[in-house]
Amino acid sequence: MKLTVDRLHVTLDHNPILRDVSLEARKADIVGLVGPNGSGKSTLLRTVYRSLRPADGVVRVGEDSVWELSPRAAARRTAAVLQDAGGNTTGLTVTEIVALGRVPHHGLLGRDGAEDREAVSDAIDRCGVRPFADRDYASLSGGERQRVLLARALAQRPRLLVLDELTNHLDIRARFELLALIRATGVTTLAVLHDLDLAARLCDHLVVLHDGAVAAAGPVLEVLTPDLLADVFGVRAATERHADGVIRITYAAQPVANGESAGHDQARLTETTEC
Amino acid sequence: MVLAALVGAGLAVSGAVLQTVVSNPLADPIVLGFSYGATLGAVLVITLGGGAALAGLGVSAAAFLGAVAAGALVFVLGQRRGRLAPTRLVLAGVAVGYVFLSATSYVQLQATPTELRTVMFWMLGSVSGAQWDQLPTVTVVVLVTTALLGLFGRRLNALLAGDESATALGVDVNRLRAVLLVLAALLTGTVIAVAGSIGFVGLMIPHLVRLTTGADHRRLLPLTALLGAVYLVLVDLLSRTLNRPDEIPLGILTALLGAPFFLWLLRHNKGLD
Repeated sequence: MKLTVDRLHVTLDHNPILRDVSLEARKADIVGLVGPNGSGKSTLLRTVYRSLRPADGVVRVGEDSVWELSPRAAARRTAAVLQDAGGNTTGLTVTEIVALGRVPHHGLLGRDGAEDREAVSDAIDRCGVRPFADRDYASLSGGERQRVLLARALAQRPRLLVLDELTNHLDIRARFELLALIRATGVTTLAVLHDLDLAARLCDHLVVLHDGAVAAAGPVLEVLTPDLLADVFGVRAATERHADGVIRITYAAQPVANGESAGHDQARLTETTEC
Repeated sequence: MVLAALVGAGLAVSGAVLQTVVSNPLADPIVLGFSYGATLGAVLVITLGGGAALAGLGVSAAAFLGAVAAGALVFVLGQRRGRLAPTRLVLAGVAVGYVFLSATSYVQLQATPTELRTVMFWMLGSVSGAQWDQLPTVTVVVLVTTALLGLFGRRLNALLAGDESATALGVDVNRLRAVLLVLAALLTGTVIAVAGSIGFVGLMIPHLVRLTTGADHRRLLPLTALLGAVYLVLVDLLSRTLNRPDEIPLGILTALLGAPFFLWLLRHNKGLD
């Protein structure tokens, strides 16, 4: 399903966090959301999975504004895998975690039916977590846990996937396996990624957030230019497509010197003050 | 006997729900201040006797009002910008508990030795003082609230995944917390009102069930109710027979018998780490 974010403004404690953010993910697109720490990536995701109401602007999944849908109806369209610090899932098995994906499909009186069991079983197989389906979630490794959470999201049978740093703290093989899994789902995806290399490998399009506004958006090679990497991320780097078709970023050993980006910083300060 | 079963089930279920609602394994009706509210209500009536009787309040009714008042205070103080925050709820519960405890201590200082003994016995809990006319009310409240809480099993599971993840799963986290808190306060208030503030059951029975059969609330809540009921019936029998003709207060035996077993289970299970 298509995701449209249109002229979004978000304010927290009177501070503007997102300013006039627009982006689009067409059906089956994988869109990467990148940007330095504090640029507003996770905040943008929260407005998409209906946890944070924007001050202004619209988030549409399909044709409907998510804030005009009920929480459950929105969750039947959009599944999120998040870095949730507040959780304590001790004592739940992998299957029970995956089954949480069926929560939005039931009211208080709903009982699990054949469709629920099929969705859970299917998600378990697709994410390769069958071998430890009956184990306690707490006993799994980081890579295994992320696959379980992705399975939970797929059990929701979503039309849009929202991923927040899914590959953090994972070893390189686990990262690649997860990327392959996401690709294989064929579901429209909006993914916050810290690692630009990984973003370049996974995504069709990138949206770069900087200080709560979109700094650039489009195909990977058009977005990750040396100028943008210097301005937004403060590094000297070049992006190119290698012979094997993979886009790689080569970083220079020295970051951009403070004085060098002063002009840009100055411009940014003025802009912020105006807000 | 029936009352012991109802009280055991009610305390254990509300403990299980509260632990998940405030995301804290130490939560129970005592930590959240409900029990201290009930104690103050009861102690006031016992010591003021005539005065309160004039107002038409029995010990049970006063204890119930105390528990619900404490619950309401915790509910109000546990909010931050209109949202119920887990840590804030626990801290509010502890603080409210201390205030009620201080008030109780002060009232006790003014009491006569006979009143003090009654107070002491009430605080340690007993189901023997139950009157038959209270039984229908207690039965209805415990059965209805427990059944209602049981309907939230799936959503309680979602809450275990953390607030943001639960929200993304379509759960209105704030409203869920509010509803569950109200139901749990009502349940504990009713139970403590007739049986006094019995410790241990609300805290430990849910953990016992989690350690043995896992944390899925759709299994946890019914099993917790059952184990809580069986456990308190057994303890009640012992409390009446061990030291005949006197009765040992329930609150003493629940922990004395249960804690060693719980510690043993804790040592032989690595699931809590």
